[in-house]
Amino acid sequence: MGVDTLLLALIDGVSYAGLLFLVALGLTFIFGVVRVLNVAHGSLYAFGGYSAASMGIWFAQGAGSITLSILALILGAGIVGVILGYGLMLLLHRFRDRDPIIQLLVTFGAFMVLEDVQVMIWGTQPYFVSDVMFQMGDTSLLGVVFMNYQLWFIPSVALGVYVLLRWFLKHSLKGRQIIAVTHDREVATALGVNAGRIASFTFIIGASLGALGGALASPTTSLVPGVGADMIVLSFAVVATAGLGQISGALIVALMIGIARSLSVYFLPQFEVVMPYLIMMAVLLIRPQGLFTVAEARRI
Amino acid sequence: MTALLETRGLSLSFGGIVAADNIDFSLHEGERLAVIGQNGAGKTTFINICTGLIKPDSGSVMFDGKVITARSPRDIVRRGMARSFQIPQLFMEHTVRQCLELSGVARQRKLSLFTNLGKANDGPGVDHILELVGLRERQHELCDSLPEGQRKLLDVAMSLMLRPRLLIMDEPTSGVSTEEKHDLMEILMEALEEQKTTSIFVEHDVDIVKRYASRVAAWISGAVAADGAPDTVLADPTIQREVLGI
Amino acid sequence: MIKRLFITGIVFLAVLGLSVAFPWMRVPLIMALVYGTAALGVVVLLRAGQISFGHAMYMLISGYTVAFLSEAFPGTDGIVLVLAGTGVSLVTGMVLGLFLVRYRGIFFGMLNLAISMVIFTIVTKFYGMTGGSDGMRVPRPSLFGADMDRAGYEATLLIILLILAVVLVFSVQQFFRSSAGEAMASIKTNEDRLEYLGVSAKKLLWQGYAVSAGLCGLAGAFYGLSQGLVTPEAGYWLKSGELVFISILGGSAHAIGVFVAALLFEFVKMYASILVGGSWQLVLGVTLIAIIYFLPDGLTSLLRKKRQTAEVRS
Repeated sequence: MGVDTLLLALIDGVSYAGLLFLVALGLTFIFGVVRVLNVAHGSLYAFGGYSAASMGIWFAQGAGSITLSILALILGAGIVGVILGYGLMLLLHRFRDRDPIIQLLVTFGAFMVLEDVQVMIWGTQPYFVSDVMFQMGDTSLLGVVFMNYQLWFIPSVALGVYVLLRWFLKHSLKGRQIIAVTHDREVATALGVNAGRIASFTFIIGASLGALGGALASPTTSLVPGVGADMIVLSFAVVATAGLGQISGALIVALMIGIARSLSVYFLPQFEVVMPYLIMMAVLLIRPQGLFTVAEARRI
Repeated sequence: MTALLETRGLSLSFGGIVAADNIDFSLHEGERLAVIGQNGAGKTTFINICTGLIKPDSGSVMFDGKVITARSPRDIVRRGMARSFQIPQLFMEHTVRQCLELSGVARQRKLSLFTNLGKANDGPGVDHILELVGLRERQHELCDSLPEGQRKLLDVAMSLMLRPRLLIMDEPTSGVSTEEKHDLMEILMEALEEQKTTSIFVEHDVDIVKRYASRVAAWISGAVAADGAPDTVLADPTIQREVLGI
Repeated sequence: MIKRLFITGIVFLAVLGLSVAFPWMRVPLIMALVYGTAALGVVVLLRAGQISFGHAMYMLISGYTVAFLSEAFPGTDGIVLVLAGTGVSLVTGMVLGLFLVRYRGIFFGMLNLAISMVIFTIVTKFYGMTGGSDGMRVPRPSLFGADMDRAGYEATLLIILLILAVVLVFSVQQFFRSSAGEAMASIKTNEDRLEYLGVSAKKLLWQGYAVSAGLCGLAGAFYGLSQGLVTPEAGYWLKSGELVFISILGGSAHAIGVFVAALLFEFVKMYASILVGGSWQLVLGVTLIAIIYFLPDGLTSLLRKKRQTAEVRS
């Protein structure tokens, strides 16, 4: 193993971490406000991917420029995020006073439904639309050739989303209202925050992030039924390891898991799939509430 | 005679706020200590440290001659120090009777997979306590359906079922109407007398303190400012000004 | 009591009658009883307010134990295989439980999920030993020393499972009413108070965890025997999710609910795949959401409502 293999693993890992972060961010963001772990988030990832791929094919019939390809990714993710995010929110709204476990199961039911809807729309044949990746060209680093798409596009989108979201939560009115609802729903409502509207807004943003993760992943991997199921457990692992509702924590953990995973692809291939879970167990063994959660004082 | 409960140099601060300031304190068998002090003076923190919920920064707690500093609440309860809570801590999905039965079985350490909860108990114990605290009529109702005053009673009753040597009660009469306060204290004191249990209770009502305490300790800013016979402590000008607000 | 025995007898005979009259119902009925048994394990944890998203792993562990044993020692009796599979799951649960009972809520659920994913992956990756995603075959063994043809074998399994279901419902119900069981249920409402009564919540949860792993193991062994095949899919998180679903549908008020829920689950699944082919998940998902919506406390809430109205009348 040389420096080039290490570099390869590192870049792969960062790019994968970017995708993982986007999906996990959506999940943890929704959890923060609505207090539901959304199992159907995996479907959003899958739908985002398929929808971006379809858009890509549709747009490519014209000129096939890089702008159009990127537009296809964004549009694909956006449409899915808005429609499914809003739909899921409406569904969960009917169960809003119920036990969190019940709400989680409702999203599980929604996940089952969406899995089949996805097969109805896109079939079971693998989908692979990677035009955008080749349009962006490649870069040679230390004699290793990297696709620009993975080298800088995915990581910068992920980082951009992170910075934007942090800024939004801190400085915009709506962002602050979201923080308020996350912190204490009752008090926020008493102060005049429309918790219902905040919930739908959060759901759409969170869902779009999941779909964006899928859309960005679609050029790098072939889409088959079941991608959503695999992704949701991975992002669960990220969210639980970081601590629920921790945005910066999710970024760091996604990097940890992404890099560890790709290192194991190159050096310990048998461990590739189990790596995220091993990290999660190790972290929770030492910090039972997640890496970045500040322990709450018990009130008695 | 060795003290039942003794603390030496107990200190704790949360981010600059001193919640316990070098507390040296001792309590003897048979005493009935009332703890008074403004909100935030560190009364509950003191109880939490003694009962193992919070670890002190420094200092030690001894119960019955043995060091119990930073032991788990479970271990401390098993040694004979029980507590009740300012906010009643009940099993909301169980009935009143079941809560007491669980306490009883817990005291006897007879939790078993093979005996029904209802049968596992020394029946008269539960019935007696139910009678004493006046909850017999509602024994088969869920705790969730009790009004605040009765929740408070049940909370203390659960601790009484443990037949502790020392019972620490955190504001047993808060949230109870003034007329009912005395009745409640009568009930509690009768039960404590019967079980020969030493007790500490946090209380704001001066009348109650005068009537039921054998000794009073006043807390100011995490420290014991005055400690002694009720008449002396309650007549202390500093205490009157700082604690009682007279 | 007599009334209860009477009802049990009627249900027992009805199931047997159905399987004789309609032989095609045998397999779905067996599957419903298998999943009901496994979901019963999940219900035990649900009593303590904890949800595991990885309990299918105990079915997997037990199923593969059965497969390995019947490969290593051909001719081992089915009953011995079941005992061995259950035992291995039980011991695994007891060991993993030591670590898992420190966690609550989402963390408990996710750690179970993580461990199940690790086990799922190991089974999938070690192709040489486990046959990878193709799984391992479980040749039809003798039962109580008797070799049988397929029909007789299935009928015997069904009878064993039925008897087992009755025994399990009664004993789990007994567990729920026992002092340890009631104390475990109070972990759900106030674990701190339990500690202040001098009771170790972790120890109680550990007991419950061991029982739940054992029940899932029992189910897994019968799953292997009745399918004649175990695949890693049996331990994938989706299967664990289905178990949670069945147990919530059944409700944690009474152990019987979960078998009714499993029956419903299995038959909705079967009819859906007959009616709409590949889209059975869609029908199942919609049905499940609808049931949760209309029956907030699971199927056993129907039972309770009926009893309450009866009490009001009398």
